[in-house]
Amino acid sequence: MSSETNATRALIEMRALRKVYDTGKLEVEALRGIDLTVREREFVAIIGPSGSGKSTLLNIIGCLDTPTDGSYKLSGEEVARFDGDRLADVRNRRIGFVFQSFNLLPQITAFDNVELPLLFKGTPAKRRRRRVEELLERVGLADRMDHKPTELSGGQMQRVAIARALACEPDLILADEPTGNLDSSSGSDILHVFQELAEAGNTLVVITHDQAIAERTQRIVTLQDGRITDDERR
Amino acid sequence: MRLGLMLRLFRSAAHVQRKRMILTVTAIAWGTISIVLLLSFGEGLKATLTAGSSGLGQAIAIGWPGETQKDFAGFPAGREIRLLPDDADLLMRNIPELEAASGEMQTWDAQLSYGRKNLNKRLVGVHPQWGPMRNQVPQAGGRFLNQLDQEQKRRVAFMGNGIAEDLFGDEDVVGKVFTINGVPFTVIGVMKDKIQMSSYGGRDEDNTVIPISTFEALLGRRYVSTMIFKPKSAELMGRAKKRFYQVLGAKYRFDPTDERAIGLWDTAETQRSMTNMTIGIEIFLGIIGGLTLLIGGVGVANIMYAAITHRTREIGVLMAIGARRSWVMGPLVMESLALTSLGGLIGVGIGASIVQALAFIQSNAQSEAMKFLGTPDFSLPVALTTVILLGSIGFVAGYFPSRRAVSIQPAEVLRYE
Repeated sequence: MSSETNATRALIEMRALRKVYDTGKLEVEALRGIDLTVREREFVAIIGPSGSGKSTLLNIIGCLDTPTDGSYKLSGEEVARFDGDRLADVRNRRIGFVFQSFNLLPQITAFDNVELPLLFKGTPAKRRRRRVEELLERVGLADRMDHKPTELSGGQMQRVAIARALACEPDLILADEPTGNLDSSSGSDILHVFQELAEAGNTLVVITHDQAIAERTQRIVTLQDGRITDDERR
Repeated sequence: MRLGLMLRLFRSAAHVQRKRMILTVTAIAWGTISIVLLLSFGEGLKATLTAGSSGLGQAIAIGWPGETQKDFAGFPAGREIRLLPDDADLLMRNIPELEAASGEMQTWDAQLSYGRKNLNKRLVGVHPQWGPMRNQVPQAGGRFLNQLDQEQKRRVAFMGNGIAEDLFGDEDVVGKVFTINGVPFTVIGVMKDKIQMSSYGGRDEDNTVIPISTFEALLGRRYVSTMIFKPKSAELMGRAKKRFYQVLGAKYRFDPTDERAIGLWDTAETQRSMTNMTIGIEIFLGIIGGLTLLIGGVGVANIMYAAITHRTREIGVLMAIGARRSWVMGPLVMESLALTSLGGLIGVGIGASIVQALAFIQSNAQSEAMKFLGTPDFSLPVALTTVILLGSIGFVAGYFPSRRAVSIQPAEVLRYE
């Protein structure tokens, strides 16, 4: 397993990365120098108590936020200093997000939700339609395409979100407590999907404090007080 | 791009804030109505003022023979200059810039009699060219003086509409015979009613006009009281005035720079200041209307802020899955424009209807003041001004709130509950 890991290229490379929130009155240092490398095809869990900085780290990995200083290379490209629209393109084409609260748009159908990233990317209509159908079939929702999120169960909503995350064939799938809002059976359902994705060769980074998820990954990074305190490969 | 999907994504402002939206659209409609009305009345007033200032004649010059102020060729200053009717021909022959010229003789107390009615009124003797220059348009069935009337010293008269009514009542006047100082004259035409804001010898509606040759014979006059000319275009007025002094100065021996020898009133100048004044009035009215509309615009900006706050999380999601700034802002700006246009459309509809109704009332109005206010006119410039104002207000009201929304890091937007 480790030989295979070494053979692949580094997808995420963080060096001395810091994030300071300036609330006006006091400065909060959420990340105090992170050095982290994630290689392609890795399945990584980031765990840590609340306030440890794991959400901040996820936001920066996902290009939803920019670091205060330090370096962040995604596929060898320094994205720490990208501007708004370039970051939007990175998020669109190279990263797929799965959130704890699904973050589907409630007023449009499952199909439309999955189609959005492709729309932003500029995929032609025919290819878009084919791709969305294929994705929803893959997550087992072929018969729910025209349902709005409010007409779906939590597990189904999260599967729509996964389909949306996969739409543009991202280099990296980022998940933030993906089973946090689900009952245990839907949760294990979703975990199963994640495992399949990992086996299919996707790179996944999951933030969680669910030990059951962490157990299924190949690597557990522990965060405490804005620092990596443990990095366990299995 | 899938327009339908975008519409469904972003119609929420209307959805979420129905009451506020109705109020906002009403405010925009209100502003639009006021700007349409103000500008339309401005247009009406402008039309009246323009017509009124050209009631006397468009870009004509009126000369009064006076006294020389400068010594010239051995003659001392203070010499009286008097012009003959034939000087009109002299001017036409020697000034190529001229379109027409006419002498004018007048008396204030000609006795006009018809039946038992006797009036002492102003009588004017002119060349046939005087009519078109002085904007004397005959009513249907009549005509102005012509060259034959002049050559044959005919006893024919063109009457102002006021005096015609005073003398004849409401009879059909053309062809009627009446007497001037006891001499019979035939009416050949009556002037169409017009707005006249300036004059130099009574209002045209109270004048009786006869050929200048007849006037000379009837009253034994030799000299004209005024000499009127009109250049081929308003731009030629300066050159025509200069030549006017040169030609007459050569004949009557006065310094061509002596502007007191013959006083000249250039109505084109008056008209220019009138035009500037009407533009000023329109700008003023436009600003008032624009400010009213701006209040509506603030309403739209307000509702857009509220809508964006309401959708903060949604915007965060769109940004997270890779929407560029323009993708988020575009629909928001479109929505703001849509709200503004809806209000604008309603406002223009109501405003234009009010203008139509008022125009109908105005056209039947009898009072002088109402007549002067003119007929409001919802013209193309008014429509364009309204559209441009509405468009920019809608754009600004959508642009700034949405720019604020996308200038935040998506992580922060997503945290918002």
